[in-house]
Amino acid sequence: MINAVGRDIPEEIIEITGKEPFQGNLYRDDKPLTLHGPTIRPVMNNEKSKLVANIREALEKCGAHDGMTVSFHHHFREGDLIVNMVMKEIHEMGLKNIRICASSLGKAHSALVPMIEDGTITDIESSGVRGAIGEAISNGKLKGLAIMRSHGGRVRSIATGESHIDIAFIGAPTADDYGNLRGIGGKADCGVLSYAIVDGNHADYCVAITDCLVPYPNFPAHISQTKVDYVCVVDEIGIPSKIATGAAKPTTDQRKLLMAQYCTDVVVNTPWFKDGFSYQTGVGGASIASTQYLAEIMRERNIHMGFGVGGLTKAMCQLLEDGMADVMLDVQDFDLDAVRSLKNVNHHRIPAAVYANPLNKGAVVNKLDYVVLASLEVDVHFNCNVVVGSDGMITGAQGGHPDTAQGAKCAIVICPLLQGRIPAICTDVTTVTTPGESIDVVVTDYGVAVNPARQDILEALKEADCVPLKTIEELRDIAYSIVGEPDKVEFGDRVVGIIEARDGTIMDVVRQIKEV
Amino acid sequence: MKISKLAVAGTLESSDCMVTIEPAKKGIDLELDSVVIRQYGRRIREVAMETLDRLEVKNARVTIVDKGALDCTIKARIECAAARASEFEGRVSWGGTIR
Repeated sequence: MINAVGRDIPEEIIEITGKEPFQGNLYRDDKPLTLHGPTIRPVMNNEKSKLVANIREALEKCGAHDGMTVSFHHHFREGDLIVNMVMKEIHEMGLKNIRICASSLGKAHSALVPMIEDGTITDIESSGVRGAIGEAISNGKLKGLAIMRSHGGRVRSIATGESHIDIAFIGAPTADDYGNLRGIGGKADCGVLSYAIVDGNHADYCVAITDCLVPYPNFPAHISQTKVDYVCVVDEIGIPSKIATGAAKPTTDQRKLLMAQYCTDVVVNTPWFKDGFSYQTGVGGASIASTQYLAEIMRERNIHMGFGVGGLTKAMCQLLEDGMADVMLDVQDFDLDAVRSLKNVNHHRIPAAVYANPLNKGAVVNKLDYVVLASLEVDVHFNCNVVVGSDGMITGAQGGHPDTAQGAKCAIVICPLLQGRIPAICTDVTTVTTPGESIDVVVTDYGVAVNPARQDILEALKEADCVPLKTIEELRDIAYSIVGEPDKVEFGDRVVGIIEARDGTIMDVVRQIKEV
Repeated sequence: MKISKLAVAGTLESSDCMVTIEPAKKGIDLELDSVVIRQYGRRIREVAMETLDRLEVKNARVTIVDKGALDCTIKARIECAAARASEFEGRVSWGGTIR
């Protein structure tokens, strides 16, 4: 069945998953739904200790079994040790058909590949996967399906019971013996535990893993004792230097600086750039540079940012520090400066649900004026692909891309026209992750294209005459004139993964890669 | 152009390619390894065969390790490797006119 972004979703996949094809951004707006609650074991006896000696004991006490779903959060990023630690134990117990429901998986988790190959892990739900796991999935090694969800989409799927978690494992930089968890104060601080909060609220069992046990009460708790069944102390939960991999040096790449300048020009010449505006941006060199250019103009014109949100970096927190932004709302910290900034009383932690869940009574992304995003590919329909490489291999994550792009009044994608020989602006993206209806402006090093659906933005930029305006087709043609039109990548028939839209419908499918 | 010895041109830097040409008994034996083989493998082979044909290289073993080079780069590297691999001497008119 052809969905609203023109992708053919096989009937068989619709049947197996019970999901509908994507129908457009506002399909489930205002439609009633019932939320799901976990089945819990109350702790009334005040003599019960929540401390367990090791992961194995925690697994046994939580009734670990074949076919269960275990969940993880990714605040430790490339420095995460929790996923491998828990999965190694599950593997040694000989359990099979495990479903992993992670907020994201990355290069730190290559140790899972043999467990995918031997049937320990058969299903993966994640924002995305990078490195060896992505290759294993694209090569058809996972028996079940990989479901790629945005950060908001993950909260939705857990809160509605679509994805039911048997045991949640929450890595906590500090914990007390009764399960009050904090993202700071320990050896491997990640600042916030925002992605894990939904796990605490909806998983049947919840196990906290820490390398820094502190006296009771570890307050104010980021995840409460009322959600946690067991606390397990281990030697090490994360590698601090790899948690803060977002601490990018200011870029000197002229191409990125040019795109940063164009991006800032777009922001300051559109109607929402006024005192109290709201803004989210990413960790790429161009995004950080554009935040710095933006700060200069904010100073000149005495314009303050009402709030900034997202995965935060030093560049964003500096605005708060300098009094140029009133509030920062934080779901993830990409560098240690952002972690330190949490001391500021106007730097607030928010759960992923508050940040981006599409099916609650309104998430923060809905209040965004601007979001600045990146993309592997953008096509002439403004559809973006952030998950599958142009060679067909799964290699990225949705993150908050579809959430913020839909929520923001002006969603800007920064994307160099060419990545080596690969044209980033193309006729059709390999796989759609964010629908073109969410994307308003595309900034490249060869010019800026505005989605024709946004005549208001186009008029504003024409009037300001600040950036070289092109149509998206013109940008694609420039790209193809330099590198040649690429052949379509050939895939096998088997569907190995689903790109789920925010609301749980199917945006696109990912097929097994074909040997060359 | 007669290939009489092994010669190399190019690098393994991003957006370049390394071309090795060596003597062979009969015909062109082309081996291609490319980071963009799924999207541009066909085109790279086409460019390589056209270039060799233009240079009148009849018998050679050609290995291309491509890191995303554009067509113009691939042509230039092949011309250079072929010139180095042959007894070719004299003035070189690069870029499409050498024989």
